[in-house]
Amino acid sequence: MPKHELILLKNMMTPGYTGSLKDYEKTGGYQALKKVVGKVQPADVTQLVMKSGLRGRGGAGFPTGVKWNFLPKDYKGPKYLCCNADESEPGTFKDRQLMERDPHQVLEGIAIAAYAIGAESSYIYIRGEFVLGAHILDKAVAEAQQAGYLGKNVLGSGANIQIYVHRGAGAYICGEETALLESLEGKRGLPRVKPPFPATSGLYGKPTVVNNVETLANLPHIVNRGPEWFAAIGSAPKSTGTRIFCVSGHVKNPGNYEVPMGITLRELIFEHAGGMRSDKKLKAIIPGGASAPFLTEQHLDVKLDFESVAQAGSMLGSGGVTVMEEGTSMVWAALRLMEFFFHESCGKCSPCREGSSWLTQTVRRILAKRGRMEDIETLKQLCQNIAGRTICAFGDAEVAPIMSTLQYWRHEYEELIREAEAHREKELPMAAARH
Amino acid sequence: MPRETSRDNMLREKHGKEIDDIISRYPVRRSALLPLLYLAQREQGYVTEAAMKEIAQILKLTPPQVYETITFYTMLNLKPVGKFHIQVCKSLMCALVGSDQLVGWFHAKLGIKPGETTPDKLFTLSVVECLGACGTGPMMQINDDYYERLTEQKVDQILSDLKKTGACPLKSGPFMWPEARSAK
Repeated sequence: MPKHELILLKNMMTPGYTGSLKDYEKTGGYQALKKVVGKVQPADVTQLVMKSGLRGRGGAGFPTGVKWNFLPKDYKGPKYLCCNADESEPGTFKDRQLMERDPHQVLEGIAIAAYAIGAESSYIYIRGEFVLGAHILDKAVAEAQQAGYLGKNVLGSGANIQIYVHRGAGAYICGEETALLESLEGKRGLPRVKPPFPATSGLYGKPTVVNNVETLANLPHIVNRGPEWFAAIGSAPKSTGTRIFCVSGHVKNPGNYEVPMGITLRELIFEHAGGMRSDKKLKAIIPGGASAPFLTEQHLDVKLDFESVAQAGSMLGSGGVTVMEEGTSMVWAALRLMEFFFHESCGKCSPCREGSSWLTQTVRRILAKRGRMEDIETLKQLCQNIAGRTICAFGDAEVAPIMSTLQYWRHEYEELIREAEAHREKELPMAAARH
Repeated sequence: MPRETSRDNMLREKHGKEIDDIISRYPVRRSALLPLLYLAQREQGYVTEAAMKEIAQILKLTPPQVYETITFYTMLNLKPVGKFHIQVCKSLMCALVGSDQLVGWFHAKLGIKPGETTPDKLFTLSVVECLGACGTGPMMQINDDYYERLTEQKVDQILSDLKKTGACPLKSGPFMWPEARSAK
């Protein structure tokens, strides 16, 4: 068994646990909601969450309580809570497990948040491919409603908390919170210009909070055991609590591992995920989903908390850790990610829409051994003209694989180009452009 | 655009109650668009022009508003697909553990390349971007189900089961990986 205590994965790790309401209640489920609803002032719940230091688990790591606090205080109309279950960041697969294996933990978290911000309707925006997850959540909502934990007049407190499950339809960008709102409104998922932020003008133009599944699942535990308990876990003071890291790639045991924030990449990869799958050495790590810049084996002792990973030049992001072994072509890896970003660019901002296409074509050309030395400079220039020049963070994300592989493995690009140059004279210029 | 295949109020006649229930979840009707498109797709395997027009009418939208939304989302089909729509994830995390090989197996076994459908209209093969199952790759989705940690043997079984019975016990979920943490 792990040295540390599991919080979010604890129930499902218990043999025989099915995730039903009965099972969840047996583990103390919905006690936190009972403690809070009608008994604690909503503003005090927000204070509690601020005190715990809980930060968003979706990617940006924004302090959850602070986000809630941005909602206008004396607003009388409807407010909304959206649970971001889009889980579209390549490398990330934790929310699916939380929703399919312990749906009530997520629902209780949503109910607590909805109560705290005063949202009568909450929507779980779940990625369209998770058909089973949506079905399990639907069933769990019905169960909880029947038991009086959700619906009108929750637990006799007078509070109304409705939760609806809404399936997306296969667009990565809908994990960006304003694109998610557009999509939920039945439109193309194009991110909105900010400000205004969702806190003041979100779903249907009303004050809205968007929180990730894992973030919300932490709430029952914070209420039950207190913010001080939570703040003592992990890498205080700025990265509190545990994270579910999703390990993928060339490791022996890929999968979801819940660990306190602040353990090192080495511990995660070599102790929890069993180390490399063969005797090949570790070559590259993406520490926080496809949007996070690559790191190298030199960074194995970097601590997995928001600040340390940022300091190492990458980001903790969504917790998707992808490991690559010696022998993996970094130009190929960058191209695979670039193709993803090219496919998923929503097309709203020109630098991202056009840039992702240029980047993809240029890297593809280099990999096909048709590149030129000046292509490297072109790539860099393109990246500089995309990052920071788009209305959402997608632009910064899509240049990450290129910039970081160029930083650490520039020689791999150069080798491919040198090979190209060696046989260039033999080519007919027009024919060369075709393949 | 696909040709007209049905009457202009087919969805409402057949699923009136479900449609009302879906619309009741949202304060603004247009939010029901994606759920209704899924309903239409469930009916015929893809979203027909007639369905788009009917949905536009139900939600008080113009047909172009419906069409512009559909074309943004990859999961909504505007053309018929095979009875089993195989979608192989090709993003980096799956590619590291052999997704290209997986596509090759399908090509060898079914004789189709990505984007093609078998002549008997049973299988359509697509390669898609990340499906959010990176720790259990290579993986694919067939219609509503995920199949993970695929090997050539598993692919053989899945194809033969689907042909024979229309279902396969190898589908995954509820998802947890690793299953149980053994002594470490």
